[in-house]
Amino acid sequence: MLSIEPGRRSANGAGGEADSDMSEIVLQQASQSSVTADRSRALGRMALVDGIFREATRAAAVIVLVILGGVIISLVHGSLPAVRAFGFGFLVSQSWNPVTENFGALPAIYGTIMTSVIAMLIAVPVGLGIAIFLTELCPYVLRRPIGTAIELLAGIPSIIYGIWGLFVLAPFLQTHVQPALIAAFGDIPVFSTLFAGPPYGIGLLTAGFILAIMVLPFVASISRDVFETVPPVLKEAASGIGCTTWEVMRYVVMPYTRVGVIGGVMLGLGRALGETMAVTFVIGNAHKISGSLLAPGTTISATIANEFTEAVGDLYTSALIELGLILFVITFIVLAIARYMLMRIEQKSA
Amino acid sequence: MSLYATRRSANSIATTLCWVAAIFGLAWLFVILVALLYEGVRGLSPAVFTEMTPPPGSAGGLLNAIAGSLVMTVIGVAIGTPLGMLAGTYMAEYGRNSKLTIVVRFINDILLSAPSIVVGLFVYTILVHPMGHFSAISGAVALALLVVPVVVRTTEDMLLLVPGSMREAASALGAPRAHVVGKVAYRAAKAGLVTGVLLAVARVSGETAPLLFTALNNQFWSTDLAAPMASLPVVIFQFALSPYKDWQQLAWTGALLITIAVLALSITARTLSAGRRKSK
Repeated sequence: MLSIEPGRRSANGAGGEADSDMSEIVLQQASQSSVTADRSRALGRMALVDGIFREATRAAAVIVLVILGGVIISLVHGSLPAVRAFGFGFLVSQSWNPVTENFGALPAIYGTIMTSVIAMLIAVPVGLGIAIFLTELCPYVLRRPIGTAIELLAGIPSIIYGIWGLFVLAPFLQTHVQPALIAAFGDIPVFSTLFAGPPYGIGLLTAGFILAIMVLPFVASISRDVFETVPPVLKEAASGIGCTTWEVMRYVVMPYTRVGVIGGVMLGLGRALGETMAVTFVIGNAHKISGSLLAPGTTISATIANEFTEAVGDLYTSALIELGLILFVITFIVLAIARYMLMRIEQKSA
Repeated sequence: MSLYATRRSANSIATTLCWVAAIFGLAWLFVILVALLYEGVRGLSPAVFTEMTPPPGSAGGLLNAIAGSLVMTVIGVAIGTPLGMLAGTYMAEYGRNSKLTIVVRFINDILLSAPSIVVGLFVYTILVHPMGHFSAISGAVALALLVVPVVVRTTEDMLLLVPGSMREAASALGAPRAHVVGKVAYRAAKAGLVTGVLLAVARVSGETAPLLFTALNNQFWSTDLAAPMASLPVVIFQFALSPYKDWQQLAWTGALLITIAVLALSITARTLSAGRRKSK
């Protein structure tokens, strides 16, 4: 057998198949058993597949990190021309003039923060109310359907909220709500500036309200999940010594879940800060800071969405990318805090 | 006695407020769906599915936009799913408690809710700018980047639900790790993994921001991946902000189609994972 081997090998050339045949035959000779040879070959193949699969999964995990790194690097790289041209002045300048190529981010940052603050002022109390309703007050039959409905609504694309805001909500606010606000707060010092007319319909307040409706399902469903991590025995004990439903919520459930609820709220805030389409429809896209909440404004994401494809010149594009970088940094910090807090409540319940 | 009265009234005020909050919140969401249904159904006709997007001021359909959305979503999911599944597999099967897993989990959760417009900017700088023009393929890549975090998260979660004893049984029979994962863990978690993909499709099918400056838009029928391509969300954005009644009507109808698709996907995903959730 051994004498045949060199001849076969030369006939086949020095290919890989011939090599494995060779080793197979050597193995056969060593063990005098073809079963063992098959087995060791199969084992070798398995070990190879195993190693490849293992390394592929590890590589994929690393790629997730690389994506994040890539996003940051590309945004920093893209915004370099704007950083060189405007320096830190970019953050505090109110000018936005594509013709003279003079750009400042302050109106967009202001709009982003104001709309998110309005959104959270509405969404947090209402969201917590819904969560308490779902865990304590709602009749059992309705708990699952309503909870499911809220989770489904969290998945509806933001453009739907945007189109509704533009065609339904903004005209409604313009004709019915905003004139009333202007009239009601006209004589009160601070509020007269906040609600100074004319009623445009679109503007910071409308955008904030749409955002509130959008993040409401997030806040409600995360708070409900967090409330459900409270061990029933704690609530039963409180009820047992005569606490009312509200007292159980206020003095037992809320202190126990504080960290998780804050995490959920921050997660909602992260969404609100970065939300693009719902806001772009109703913000008005005006690069100025106005004292009135009824006036049109702009946010970082709305500015990018509206102007990026029309931006001529490297400096204009670069200024928009720097806006994106600012947005990314802000949301990254908010989301990192949110995740950290939610991780803590998960560890507590585990 | 007055203490009890105060406590009781505090309780009824608080619970009433919770009822009000629940009704207030649910009412808005209900109002949106009703408006969407009312405005969208008015424009539904066979022409929506058979004709191209019209020039301003005339009637037409959404065929090229629907096709574009499908093409880019399919490619995006095809790129993003394997990557996300492999990464999720590493986190649940190989490096369960490794430093890499902890870091990736944290970063992935952040990417999950990161602003999608930033992803659009990223793809613009790495693909569109070097290529010199907008293209459907860069739109698909942007969508893929949004698919990855969703799939990573669900894959990890679902694999972690597979009982360790099943893996041990397979290993005890001598199966190598890749087989344990591929033939045992994946099979046990199949419904969950499909759920993740469905959720990812639901997530990206309504995404507008990352497509605005990657795939751009296209008034005509196009199957060229290197050229700009229309998509339903971008067409809705453009048409809704236009002054033309026909365009606005098409925008509403498109919005209705997207909502139906997203709701159908999420409901299917929930039904698939319902049994699993109960056993957890």
